[in-house]
Amino acid sequence: MTPFHIVVCGSLVPDPLQTLEPTLGPEGPGLKNEMMLPSVLDPWAGHALYEAASLATKHPESRVWLVSLGPKARLQQLMMSIAQKAKFELVAIDSSASGFIDAQSVARTLATAIDEIDGLDKNRLLLFGGCASASRDAGVTVQMVGELLGLTDQFLAVDELEARDDGSLRVLERIEGGKYLASTVRGAPAVVAWATGKLPEPPNNPQVGMQNMRTILPALQKAKAAIPNRNSIHYQEVAIPQQKRETRVVKDMSVDEIAREIADWIRG
Amino acid sequence: METILVLLHIDESGNLPRIAFEALGAACELRHGGNANFAIGIIGGDIESAAGKIGGCGATSFFGVSHPALEVSRYGTDLAALGALVEKVAPTLIVAPSTSRFARVLPGLAVRIGGQIDTHITSIDPGAEGDAVFAERWYYRQRMKAKFTRDARPWILVVDGGAFEPWKGETGSVALQMVSPWAEGGPGDNVTRTQVSGIETGESGTQTIRPDADLLFVAGAGWAKKQADGQTHVPKAEKLILGFLEGAKASLGSSKSLVDQSSEGQAVLTCLSHLNQVGQTGTTPRHQKGLATCCHGEEPHVVGWRFVQERRAVNLDANCGWARGKADVVYVADAFEVVEKLNDLLGV
Ligand SMILES: Cc1cc2nc3c(=O)[nH]c(=O)nc-3n(C[C@H](O)[C@H](O)[C@H](O)COP(=O)(O)OP(=O)(O)OC[C@H]3O[C@@H](n4cnc5c(N)ncnc54)[C@H](O)[C@@H]3O)c2cc1C
Repeated sequence: MTPFHIVVCGSLVPDPLQTLEPTLGPEGPGLKNEMMLPSVLDPWAGHALYEAASLATKHPESRVWLVSLGPKARLQQLMMSIAQKAKFELVAIDSSASGFIDAQSVARTLATAIDEIDGLDKNRLLLFGGCASASRDAGVTVQMVGELLGLTDQFLAVDELEARDDGSLRVLERIEGGKYLASTVRGAPAVVAWATGKLPEPPNNPQVGMQNMRTILPALQKAKAAIPNRNSIHYQEVAIPQQKRETRVVKDMSVDEIAREIADWIRG
Repeated sequence: METILVLLHIDESGNLPRIAFEALGAACELRHGGNANFAIGIIGGDIESAAGKIGGCGATSFFGVSHPALEVSRYGTDLAALGALVEKVAPTLIVAPSTSRFARVLPGLAVRIGGQIDTHITSIDPGAEGDAVFAERWYYRQRMKAKFTRDARPWILVVDGGAFEPWKGETGSVALQMVSPWAEGGPGDNVTRTQVSGIETGESGTQTIRPDADLLFVAGAGWAKKQADGQTHVPKAEKLILGFLEGAKASLGSSKSLVDQSSEGQAVLTCLSHLNQVGQTGTTPRHQKGLATCCHGEEPHVVGWRFVQERRAVNLDANCGWARGKADVVYVADAFEVVEKLNDLLGV
């Protein structure tokens, strides 16, 4: 079996249970108290990481790198919560993780960082990431990184990847109407932007955490700072539209009446 | 003056998907009454008849890349074809529909043509002629909306489904000018390492996702929880839900908690998979109406309802999230009883 060199692009996003409030300053939009908001690993990138770790265990001598672009101090916090989940080597880039920064600027920084990874064999490269982030949610970054690295086999919103004995990879991508497009690529290199995948979140494994910490701390120390390009997009307005509804709470209708009212509403 | 190029592809049946007409509608908004240069570019296998369907859209020219290699959706060949169209037209603005095929390839196209790209566009403000074009989209998974512009060109605007009025107009034969991205022998080995084997239905067996349905029916974790009698009733829940979907011709959505149960090995509704999940880490479907059942209405779930216009919920808990300004009506009742009765009324 061929070992893979899997590079997962993934960073932090605000915890989805937090209330977010936009601000518009001279530097462009941001979030109120952005640096204080609790954050989590971007969910779809998380699935990509777990799939990468699982694939690597099935293909001995494979390596997994997690390339993360975000404010260094917050990346360090994030590592506390994910280091025990999957084995990886961290490549950290100290920059803003704001969803308002142009994806292409982020993609260029990521591509450069990946190019510079010591020991990365591009012929074995599987570029992983989430199919969209929970911040910018544009669904474009991983493909751009792939294109910048010259990878012409790309898959988006993947739920299943099967690495076959002959080196080929069979991939299922989500398409319209709850269906999948099935394709087979002859082998690495390829770009795989994951949707949910098939694996549950792995339980914490302290041993994995200890191993990871050996590379995480130095990686954070030598994280290069990248200045995002904030000039390509000009924001005129960012707002949370007023969305609160006047909810009618129906407590004392019989089941028959409720069903009739809903049926009329459906038909109406 | 802008030069607008609308990029389209045909689907497996050889037709333009509905969202193609919406992208065309969006592009027409940019034309300032017809002053801009306006071209159409279509890729696919046999594209002549699809081009004819939009013959009356007022485009100044129609270009196409037709090749058996484009009968399937594949990054390498799609990128080569779209790149050739862009090179031919040299547009400043490119408008395209957010299909799964284009969502995969257009970011790479932006890199290759040295352009900019924005996706999930829900509204375009063309401004007065000569003014900046503004676009709108959501950030942080449908939690806030921004209006923005870009100076650099070419600028690719990928429009979301259901956000623009579809173009309607005369069909008519068009002088389709074919463009070839490849030399005589067709696409090379470097772009055909991927072989597409076809479309498969989701693992849930029954096709429950119907993007065109008026109604979205969302099942929450309550359906698989212990009920008043201290027992779970998963098979009954499944029967009621499938019956309702059939009777109401609804599409089936789910909360994360319910679909996650399958990976956690609990008794599950076999009609559901992660593809049904609505919310922060699921989909944001567009339907006129939505009925949430046994679902608490927590924020990470409800952000997926952004484009569901009328919302009702059935929940045993009068204080569930839906009651806090997220639904129009919350019926405090047992969903098993309500859906059973509803199915009678719907003739299931
Ligand atoms: C990073 C992250 C991402 C997330 N992404 C998503 C997402 O994309 N989508 C999503 O849905 N969630 C998401 N969540 C989870 C979300 O926060 C909630 O945990 C989840 O939506 C709860 O699902 P539920 O309402 O079905 O279940 P529960 O919270 O368990 O609610 C069950 C409900 O069923 C009701 N009930 C039980 N029996 C009956 C009955 N007989 N009749 C009527 N009502 C009944 C109960 O009153 C209760 O309100 C995410 C969370 C995180 C942290």
